[in-house]
Amino acid sequence: MNARPLIEIRGLRYRYDDGTVALDGVDFQLFPGESVVLLGPNGSGKTTFAHHLNGLLRGEGFVSVCGLEVEQKNLAEIRRKVGLVFQDSDEQLFMPSVLEDVAFGPLNAGRTPEEATAIALAALDQTGMRYAAGRAPYHLSAGEKKRVAVAGVLAMKPEILVLDEPTTFLDPPAQRDLVKLLGGLGQSKILITHDAGLARALASRAVFFERGKIAAEGPVAEIVERFGWEAAPPAVTAAAQN
Amino acid sequence: MHHVVLERWSRGASFLHSRDARVKILVLLAYLVALATTPLTPAAGACYAALLGVAIVAARLPLAGLALRAAAVLPFAGTFALFSLLAGDGARAASLVAKSYLSAAAALALAGTTSMPKLVRALESLGVPRFLTLVIQFLYRYLFVISEQAQHMRLAALARGGGRLRFTHAAGAAATLFGRSYSRAEGIHGAMLARGFHGRMELLADARLGAADVLFLVAGVAAAVALRLMTGAAA
Repeated sequence: MNARPLIEIRGLRYRYDDGTVALDGVDFQLFPGESVVLLGPNGSGKTTFAHHLNGLLRGEGFVSVCGLEVEQKNLAEIRRKVGLVFQDSDEQLFMPSVLEDVAFGPLNAGRTPEEATAIALAALDQTGMRYAAGRAPYHLSAGEKKRVAVAGVLAMKPEILVLDEPTTFLDPPAQRDLVKLLGGLGQSKILITHDAGLARALASRAVFFERGKIAAEGPVAEIVERFGWEAAPPAVTAAAQN
Repeated sequence: MHHVVLERWSRGASFLHSRDARVKILVLLAYLVALATTPLTPAAGACYAALLGVAIVAARLPLAGLALRAAAVLPFAGTFALFSLLAGDGARAASLVAKSYLSAAAALALAGTTSMPKLVRALESLGVPRFLTLVIQFLYRYLFVISEQAQHMRLAALARGGGRLRFTHAAGAAATLFGRSYSRAEGIHGAMLARGFHGRMELLADARLGAADVLFLVAGVAAAVALRLMTGAAA
């Protein structure tokens, strides 16, 4: 691609305090309009990688988001540009009501309460959750919580969405609803998932992580096939039914 | 989950819920100062309890539930009261327990009618240092986290036939609870940072004092002062 990448990462390394090497020289680029899925075994470094995109973790190497290098002085701007949806919605929803939670980001960005309310309501409309605006987040179902978590991120009007295992804990109808919702969002996306179907539905390119490194990247179907990443291939399903 | 009781209470609708958090804090302070400086006789204690009871009923908070939760302070107050009792000063011991209990109930009434973000913002605007309000904010949030993790662990133990924990098991469970809570708290903090949290909880509603707030402040402080003068004179 000739366009300037939205995200550019070179030689990213990260080691946890206990000595575990989570990322070991990762190079990555995300281009405007692109949706990329990160695949790989548990503990291969995908979530650690995602947390670098928002400056929550800072390792060695070069990380740039929308032309801004991830460093202290740029963090506020970068966090407005990269919307990170956490795997566990309960970690993301911490305010007393849904509306207050969704307005949390815009208020932090300096919007007035009136502006933040309007933005939050628009984001709740976008995710079909406006009816829950006055409810407490802990009273919502898993699917509703996920939609509110996405609304909380959309309210920040990010240029890039990073979604960490978005369909975890969701029942199949809620998964379908979420896929439809995410498919309709115009932002560039990075999606972490074990779900090959979700990967095929939302992404054009797959990156496979293994032991903190990118083992391969390419079209989703090709990477899924190469690493046997289908949860239940048709042959297995058929065998189980016989 | 049980840990959300206070938060649920604070989302109720009543005259007290609608009052400005700063005003409620000032009225609470007046009540606590009056209570602390009153030589507490049974009659005086009853007067203070009655005033608090009226406020709790007016706020439509469950009287029994709040009274039960306020009892959490009794083991601590009781320990100090025991020293007074052993020193032969039964009146002081009773006064200590009663004052601690009423103070805890009054503080719970405030927390039950005011959401934590509003409370923290009000404390800030009354001059409490930001560092302290930040600690309160996170302490409150993470107490919920610990409570939630404890409930998950208890359910998991019950599901595998676990009942009453032995001391050695309890020690291990406490360590696990700390580890799990720490990890959860880190996740929440990360999620807050990811959405631009910069150390101050911004609120949707701007706090503005209305006529009803000023009236409540005057009436609340006047009631506390009157009670102090009445009970002081009686003593």
